[in-house]
Amino acid sequence: MNLLFPKRLAALAVLSGLFALNGCSDADPKLSQEPLFEINQNPFPSTYKAIASGSVVITNATILDGIGGVFENSSVLLQDGKVVAIGTTLTLPEDVLTVDAKGKWVTPGIIDVHSHLGVYAAPSVDAHSDGNEITKPVTAQVWAEHSIWPQDPGFQRALAGGITSMQILPGSANLVGGRGVTVKNMPGTTVQDMKFPDAPYGMKMACGENPKRVYGKKSGPSTRMGNVAGYRQAWSDAQNYQHKWDKYTADHKAGKEAKVPKRDLKLETLALTLKGEILVHMHCYRSDDMGTMLDVMKEFDYKITAFHHAVESYKIADRLAEEGICSAMWADWWGFKLEAYDGIQENVAMVHAAKACAIVHSDSDLGIQRLNQEAAKAWANGKRAGIDITQGEAWQWLSANPAKSLGIFDQTGSLEAGKNADVVIWSADPFSTYAQAEHVYLDGALVYDRNAPDTWPVSDFELGQPGEGDSK
Amino acid sequence: MKTVNKVMFGVLFSSVLTTQALQAKSIAIVGGTIHTMSSQASIENGTVLIKDGKIQQVVAGKVTPEGYEVVDATGKVVTPGLIGAMSSLGLVDVGFSAGTNDSNSKQTSISNYGAAFDVSYSVNPDSSLMAIARIEGVTSAATSMSRTGQLFNGQGAMISLGHTKQPIIQARSFVSTQVGNSGADAIGGSRSVLWVSLEQALGEAKFAIGKSLTPMDEWHGELSKSDVTALIPVVKGEIPLLVDAKRAADIRQVIALKQRHKGLNIVILHATEGWRVAAELAANNIPVILNPESNLPYEFDQLGATLENAGRLEKAGVKVAIGMESHNIRLVRQHAGNAVANGLSWQQGLASITINVATLYGIDNRLGSLQAGKQADLVIWSGDPLEVMETAEMVFIAGEEVHQESRQSKLRDRYLQLQSDKPLFYTRP
Repeated sequence: MNLLFPKRLAALAVLSGLFALNGCSDADPKLSQEPLFEINQNPFPSTYKAIASGSVVITNATILDGIGGVFENSSVLLQDGKVVAIGTTLTLPEDVLTVDAKGKWVTPGIIDVHSHLGVYAAPSVDAHSDGNEITKPVTAQVWAEHSIWPQDPGFQRALAGGITSMQILPGSANLVGGRGVTVKNMPGTTVQDMKFPDAPYGMKMACGENPKRVYGKKSGPSTRMGNVAGYRQAWSDAQNYQHKWDKYTADHKAGKEAKVPKRDLKLETLALTLKGEILVHMHCYRSDDMGTMLDVMKEFDYKITAFHHAVESYKIADRLAEEGICSAMWADWWGFKLEAYDGIQENVAMVHAAKACAIVHSDSDLGIQRLNQEAAKAWANGKRAGIDITQGEAWQWLSANPAKSLGIFDQTGSLEAGKNADVVIWSADPFSTYAQAEHVYLDGALVYDRNAPDTWPVSDFELGQPGEGDSK
Repeated sequence: MKTVNKVMFGVLFSSVLTTQALQAKSIAIVGGTIHTMSSQASIENGTVLIKDGKIQQVVAGKVTPEGYEVVDATGKVVTPGLIGAMSSLGLVDVGFSAGTNDSNSKQTSISNYGAAFDVSYSVNPDSSLMAIARIEGVTSAATSMSRTGQLFNGQGAMISLGHTKQPIIQARSFVSTQVGNSGADAIGGSRSVLWVSLEQALGEAKFAIGKSLTPMDEWHGELSKSDVTALIPVVKGEIPLLVDAKRAADIRQVIALKQRHKGLNIVILHATEGWRVAAELAANNIPVILNPESNLPYEFDQLGATLENAGRLEKAGVKVAIGMESHNIRLVRQHAGNAVANGLSWQQGLASITINVATLYGIDNRLGSLQAGKQADLVIWSGDPLEVMETAEMVFIAGEEVHQESRQSKLRDRYLQLQSDKPLFYTRP
């Protein structure tokens, strides 16, 4: 008792202090009001830190700037983690390190908008099946980053393929699968160490066969029409939920008695998505499914940033151009299920030719290692179909367009002055099978050097195992 | 009815004639860089002569004999047709949720070990996969069931991807099994069970050689008579036994298996950690079919996976074949190219998708190289076939030029122009 008494006193003192402060300001009805409850929109902040680096000038290279430009026999200067300039006569700082890239090519780092590294980590055993929350068809409340295992060796393999950033998404079992996260391909002990600072979140949604197959024998949906009813109900619930919060905020501001609504993490996330604060990335194969979603999008006044897989985008590329929706595509995958039956190898080039936003994505821990080859196939197949695209333009599929769809193009995705120095030096034309990523720079730091095996990052999982530190 | 029959007979008869007429066409492919994959090696500015559906001769220089149709391949590259090393071509149209898939099976009483299953009954030459692969230079393939849930994945076949009613080149040309994690999971949940089953099966097949296995004969083996019958050519070494094994320890077990059963003609599938056992594989004359891009520890039985596997195996003297796909078997040349980018020689890169495949299946007397007397399966490429930017420009199967058309090329051509007065359903490219 003796001990408790002083505590109570202290508490009382604090309270009276508050009263005193409020009392000083004004004698209005807000006097008794609780402060406005505000939701922390960033509860898992990035702790990413770039590796310290000096200035680097890469000389004598063929440089694709990522926004269409091709610079022969040129240099690019990286300083303080940023791209300074591309040119033939650059003013160099005194302590600059010169990397002679004669005969080599330089591009922005590749950004994959569709990866499941970490959420479906290798080894791909049941214990690592963390990508689909298959409990309800709408699970907007889950965050992919809470499933990511940073020790997935797939990150280092992707790095050797020139991947500097990627969006990691939940799987496509659900209508609304949850929040995707954009990470830098920097090894980290916790996922926060990898998170791309201040990048917007993505919302994974899925059309078609997967949700209806997964839930068909459970609670449903079991059909495409059931899928669509599911998205619409979810959006409608989110609108309703948002109204409650808007009313609370308005009432509070008006000084009325306002009760904080109960938080619903699912509807809260969907409401943020409707507001455009979370970007919609929707797995959708068929053009008719996409056509339906364009109307759902208008009905609920939100924006679909990109259709993923999009094997039939070529059938409605003009409409996707009008709506400003990106298509994230494979070069040539098809037929593994019926909604992928009409996949063609000219899809990427045909989408590009219709002036729609084309992205080459992987959805694969192998594909992510050679997205440059995927772009090369798409480019070559387009050319043979009479679609003339330069290699410089085609590189937009790998860096600029993915960066735009992730809301990070102001920071990365091209070699424009002031952008993050996320850069790859390729041993040869990166559209060739034989080209290798020799140097990968992330924010100006050399994070992968193919010719220096001793410097390669190795995940904890691979330490002490057969092939540790081997050329992978 | 009679009229109909006559008409039908007439159609059949004329199509036979047409086929013969086409096969009879003699062709001279001139001016290309020819990679024969035979003892003739590579010839710049050479000529391939095709007669009666077969390679007649490969010679240096441009040779245009009287009566030969001339195909100018100047600046191009000519190779044998690619051979899919392991596929389910002809057995599957769409992977899942789309009807019958003949590459998988359910449990059945006809066979409790899966050896007897025979894909030669299942191959459908009209499958859309066939044209899609063939126009990109894949002219033949090994096709097999991929999952039976039993010890063996049945008897596979060698098939042609030509526009033909009879795609089977050789039925029952191999039997496959798996001894890694996936095999163990299917058979008792443990390698300790799986290997006893495998030994049992091979032992019974050896025992059955020369014995009568009619329904009247007594048989007290674990295997059904049909399974034992299917395994007899395997234990006699007449056809290869394909064994899927990934980790070094499993591969060593497979080598020991071959040493116990000397007659076995073993090919290892995947061999993901093969590089760790490369010298032993070479010493025991065991070739491998691998996926050179598999460099992740998907399971604990492939921790040592590396892109350099193919190159390291080659250096140790192991014969490597590449190409495990169905819908995208056309990507074998990209796979081989990546093996070359990571240490395999270019020559062996091309061999891994042509002659090496033919050799390990024992059909190298008919396919796999541009050599006089072999079937004229060949491709004219725009450039290096292992380069992703290049393409197959002309493909010949049994001396017949392949029509460069597939569902996919038609879809492309329909949608290349999206603006139309009428729905594109009316556009028939």
